[in-house]
Formats: sequence, C-alpha cells, structure tokens
Amino acid sequence: MREYLLGNVAIAKGILEAGAGVIAGYPGTPSSEIVDTLAPLAKDLGIHVEWSVNEKVALEVAIGAAWTGTRAVATMKHVGLNVAADPFMTSAYLGVKGGLVVISADDPYCHSSQNEQDTRRYALFARVPCLDPADPQEARDMTLLAFDLSEEFGIPVLVRPTTRVSHARSDVLVGAPKKRLDNPKFEKDPACRVALPIHARPLHVELLAKQERIEAALEKMPWNQFTKRGNVGVIASGIAGLYAEEAIAELEADVTLLRIGTCPPPQKMIAELLEHVQKVMVIEEMDPITEEFTERIARKVNPEVEILGKATGHIPGTGELDPFAVRNAIAKLLDEDAIDAPALDPEVEKILPPRPPALCPGCSHRAAYYAMKKAFGKDAVYPNDIGCYTMGVQMGTVDTCLCMGASITIAAGIRFGGEERNICCVLGDSTFLHAGLPGLLNAAYNKARMTITILDNSITAMTGHQSNPSSGCTACGDATAPVSLEEVSRSLGAGLVETIDPYDLDASIEAFERARDYDGLSVVVAKRACVIDAVRHGIRRPGFRVIEDKCTGCKKCVRFGCPAIEFDEVAKINALCSGCGVCAQICPNDAIEVAE
Amino acid sequence: MRTSKCDVVVVGVGGQGVILISEIIGRAALKSDLTVRGAETHGMAQRGGSVVNYIRVGCRYSAMVSPGKADVLLALEPAEALRYAHFLSPEGTALVNTKPVMPVTVTTGVATYPQIEEIIEPLTRMCKEVKTIDATSLAAQAGHPQAANVVMLGALSKYLPIEREVLAEALEETVPPKFLEINKKALELGKIEVE
Repeated sequence: MREYLLGNVAIAKGILEAGAGVIAGYPGTPSSEIVDTLAPLAKDLGIHVEWSVNEKVALEVAIGAAWTGTRAVATMKHVGLNVAADPFMTSAYLGVKGGLVVISADDPYCHSSQNEQDTRRYALFARVPCLDPADPQEARDMTLLAFDLSEEFGIPVLVRPTTRVSHARSDVLVGAPKKRLDNPKFEKDPACRVALPIHARPLHVELLAKQERIEAALEKMPWNQFTKRGNVGVIASGIAGLYAEEAIAELEADVTLLRIGTCPPPQKMIAELLEHVQKVMVIEEMDPITEEFTERIARKVNPEVEILGKATGHIPGTGELDPFAVRNAIAKLLDEDAIDAPALDPEVEKILPPRPPALCPGCSHRAAYYAMKKAFGKDAVYPNDIGCYTMGVQMGTVDTCLCMGASITIAAGIRFGGEERNICCVLGDSTFLHAGLPGLLNAAYNKARMTITILDNSITAMTGHQSNPSSGCTACGDATAPVSLEEVSRSLGAGLVETIDPYDLDASIEAFERARDYDGLSVVVAKRACVIDAVRHGIRRPGFRVIEDKCTGCKKCVRFGCPAIEFDEVAKINALCSGCGVCAQICPNDAIEVAE
Repeated sequence: MRTSKCDVVVVGVGGQGVILISEIIGRAALKSDLTVRGAETHGMAQRGGSVVNYIRVGCRYSAMVSPGKADVLLALEPAEALRYAHFLSPEGTALVNTKPVMPVTVTTGVATYPQIEEIIEPLTRMCKEVKTIDATSLAAQAGHPQAANVVMLGALSKYLPIEREVLAEALEETVPPKFLEINKKALELGKIEVE
C-alpha cells in the first residue's frame, strides 16, 4: 500500500513490518515521532513500547529484549547516542540474538540541537554497520532490513536518518505488521553475555573477524547504486545522493554517480569508480567519512585521480546540504558556472522584524524566570539546560546550556571553581529525571551551596508532549504513580525544598528568596501544566484586558515579554492571551483585569 | 531539465496549520497517482517562530525546493512571504494572506512591523504575479479564523496539477468531521478569491 508518510512514521511502519516486540526511546528532535507513532498501537499489537527515562536506559532495555530473541529497537537523537554510548560500545562485543536496531537521528544545521555530530562515526567506532537513508521510503526499507542484518551477524545495527529524512514526507510503499516472536527466552550464556575481561578479549577478536563479512554484505545492499557514465564522477552518501541525482538530471550532465546508503561504504564500488574516472567529487553531510575512505582507496587503485570534497573546500564541512548547493558544487566539478543564489535585497530585508521562537503566551516558565530574577537579581549565575525553557535566554536567566542535566553539575562546578555570587540553575522535569538526579546527588554529597529550580510541567514539552515518570501515565497511556520531584530531591540530599505555582508571583518570589538565603543545597519545584497541554485537556482560562484609563504606559508588562501583550501608546492584550494573569500581578497600576 | 511538476513553498508562523496543507496535498497527489515530496519544521523552530514547508508534486527527488525555483509561494502571513521571497521563481506566483501575526520582537518594541505595501511591492518585482488574500477574514466568514490555512489551500488549488475535486476529497479525509463544513466553505472561498 502506498501512503503519504512522515519519515519517522515510515520508520515506525518498518519496525512493525519486522515484527519487533520491544521499542524503547527517549524523545529528541528529529527522532520523537517514531515512538509517538508506535505507542498508541502497542496494546492492539501486543508489543511493548516505552518512553524510557534516558537513552542509555532505552538501549539497555532494548538489548535485554534482544537477548530473549525478541526483535527490539532503541530510538534517540544523535546526542542521545552519547548518553547511550556505554552500552552501545560493548553491545557490539556481546552481540544479540533477536535483531537489535538502534535509530539515532542526526540534525545537520542544528535545527533543534546543541551540536552537529555524525552518528556514522559511532558506527565505525563500535564496528557496527550503519544504514543511511536518503528519503522516507529508504528509511522504512532500511529499518526493515536492519533486523535481518542484525540477526545474520549477531550485532546491533544503526539506522541514521537526518532531519530532512525524519521530517520529510513522501509517498511510501508499506506492508502489513508482522507478529512478534512467539516463544522468547533468555538463554544463559556467560561467555557471550558477561563482559568480564576473560570474555571480552575473545569477543573483540570475533568482532573484528566478522567485519569482512559485514562489509561484503553491505556492499551488496540495494542502496549502493553505481551508474557508470562519463569520466567525471560523483560519490554521494545518504540524502546527498538524492540531491546529486537531481542536480545531474537538471544539468543533463554525463557524470558517473555512486550513491551510497551504508557505512562502512562499499569499498569495491568506490574502487571501480576510481578506476573509471579522472576526477571525482565526494558529497556528504557532516563528517568527511566517505571522503576519507575514497582517499584511502584511491592511493591503492588510482593515485592520480583528483578528489574534490570537504578537504578541498568544495563541500562545506558544517551545516546541511541542499539541492542548490549540490547543484553548484557539481557545476564546478564540470567547470560550469555556478548560479548565484537568489536573495532578498538587503535593503528590503532590513524592514523584516525577526521572528525567533519564543516561550508561548502564558507559559509558566516565563513567570518562574520573572520571579527567580526578582529574588536572585541580574547578577546571579543561571546555568540552564535542554528544553523549551532554554528560550528564556531572552530574559537574561540562561547563562549556560551544555547537555542534558548539565545545569546542576555545571552550577556545582562554577561554585567549586570559586564563584561567590548566588547560583540558581534551571532544568525541566523530564531533563531532571533523564540526567539531573546524579547531579543533584553529587551536589548534595559534596556540599555545593546553590539553588536548583525544576520547572515541572509534568511532560516533555519541547519534543511534542511525551510522557515521563512525572506525568502519571506511560507512553501507551496506562496510569502509573507519578514520581514526586520534591521527595526525590529530599532523599538525594537537598536541605530545603520549596514548591511554587509560578502563576502566583508574590509567593513564588518569596520562595525563591528563601531558597537563595538557604546555606546549602535548595530546590524549588515550579509546578504548572504546559499551556499547550492544558488547552489539549480542555482547560481554558478567561483572557485578560487592559483598562486603558489606568494604564500609564510604563511598559512593565511589555518587558515581561509575553507575545499576548502589545503596545500602542497604552498596553494592549491580544487574542493570544491564555489567561495566566501574571501580567496583572506585574502591573503597578492595577490596569489589567480579567476580560468579561 | 525540470525535476518536478510543481514546487510549492508554504510559509507562516508556528501554529498556523502549515503541516495540514502538506497532508492534504500529499493525500490528493496519491489519489492522482503522482509522486509527492514534502519537508516540514518541527521542534525548536515551531514555538511561535517562522516556519517553512516544501511540497513537490510530481517529483521523485528530495523534498527540498531550491531558491529561485518555487512555482508558488503560499504565505499564511505577510512578513513571512517576504522573508522567503527568494524561493520564488521569476515565473512564479505569490499567494499572500494579508493578516499579520506580530512577532514577539514587535510586541516588545524591539522591532517594528512593516506596512503591507512595503511587503507586497518588493514581492511584485520577484515573481510574475502576487495575489493578496484576506484569508483570515474569509475563514471567519466560513466559520472560524483558524481555517485561514484552508482558505489559502483553496487559492493554491488553481496552481496545483491536481483536480480540485480530488483535493476536496483529501480535505474530507484529513480534517476532523466536526470541522468539515467550515473547512469545505473555507476551501471554496479561497478558490473563488483567485478566479
């Protein structure tokens, strides 16, 4: 059946068609919709789908499942694989019984990420094969085949989509879901399941020994396509292959093309191409992995060949590629003129107001930041973390953002480094449960004097409102006891724990002041549902309005930065107002009231 | 050589329903036995930020439309039309909803919003035709201002290599039944606007 599917939904279909029984992931753009798609189907299909608390946990759950013979999947974004790197590296030694597919979605250009790292490096690092889809159809096909590959070689297999694959839509040919394995069983086999040195040494030998067979299998994959034409060649990997194919069609050029969908790349095909051409351009996003292989192979088979790519400055080493950039690169390879990119007249561009993403109207994070800044002042140090709330950078309450959970540990480091001013770090409930717990424990244990604020909307909002252990339900919607962030904080060693409703400004400021003055580790839990999630659950609050006669035009409310507040001689509240009422508390003239 | 039958760039502000347009066109293209590609904005970029989607009907390559190649720029918001105007082909058409959505930089007084004429004038120099549509009012007339995206889809239907009836069928299969009547009216009002 042909359907118009999002890349991530196509991957989810591939997982079902493969008969996977366990799927675990942690949300992260651009990977989240895979589990989002599977969770509502889990009960009917009798499969286990979970949002795990972090990627390391997700991968370990999937490895355990694969050791029963059940086909299993772990999903994450590229930086999530850093968190899961520990089990990932050694799982390549220990191997799997049921197929294990690790989906790690890369984000060239950092559309929604803190870095541009290339998951294919992990494949080479761990000696695990990686499939690199160019579009949603390939993403589905590769996911389905990855399970077979995993079982054939007893090794985890990576599938690495990028943002432009995961969030592309396309007509995709899909099949029916397959039933999961009937009689799963964990069989004891210490030599393959217990990574003691005595076992790890021979397992490492075995891992290296199977590389040649894996490379031979990858070489034959249908996504490695060699089209022999003229004596100028292009080697293009993943989505760049699709861009190159389009550019060659558009230019009607006589160019030999090798499209690559695997890592390691097909070395025999590369050698065959290099023997045929005088000049070759290697096109790929992020790291020059295929390029490095090409250079190495060229030294053996055709040292004279001219290789253009990232090393020669013909292909950018950062950001994402697009058909336009690839077209111009190939034009250059053919000694044709590049087309200038059409651009807006800079004079015209000047009149355009910037439209950065911002915290939603009525978002409780804005209110919490406002109260925090009132109590701690401009001069305090505010280490921050990964989530919607990083957008508070516009409010002057975000001083650092490194990786998941690092707000707390960076704060402690800043304290131990000798900083004497007040320190108040901030992270959300999901990030706290993901990687903040060890940081809190460490800060308490080592006696850091600082405040930790947990912005608790009881949901993983930024990535699309996924549930987590503070939500009170599982990915599949089953009720489960929500973890108490206050009790966890206390038991890990926080000396003072305050709970606030950020919409109650005065009480929030007072609580932040107590936390600030506490001589030890204090925690403030700011509890309020995400405004988007609240509306979805039918919670609607009446909007507010400005009493024009009372407004003196002081702009205190405007500076609060809520998109629902405008200014035209007096303040004005627009239709975006979600009724949080914080601006009414900020107004020194009582000029804001609930609209009738 | 042309590598796509029709390239559309849809722009607007997160929350305006840009993705719905792509879903309906994709479904309609499948019914018409055409290949179709789309790309959309998720995550960080969505929260009230500027969003851009690409839709390529009758295309078997990637979903990305190159600058200077869009047959139609469908703008749900006027300033966003100008922001992405460089995607327009000189032979292309810009369909622009004239109702502004103020960015937070304007509401907080950091930037000012241009006059609508200042937006339209440079657009007319970059493509063959510019059509302004008061889609938000037309949507209100249909029953809900939120249906402005479907009004704009109605206007776009004139330029797509897809039969209008097929697009209407796809709309029916995509929107929730309780909003179907409003959306059908919105689609019709958008069509009339460009005739």
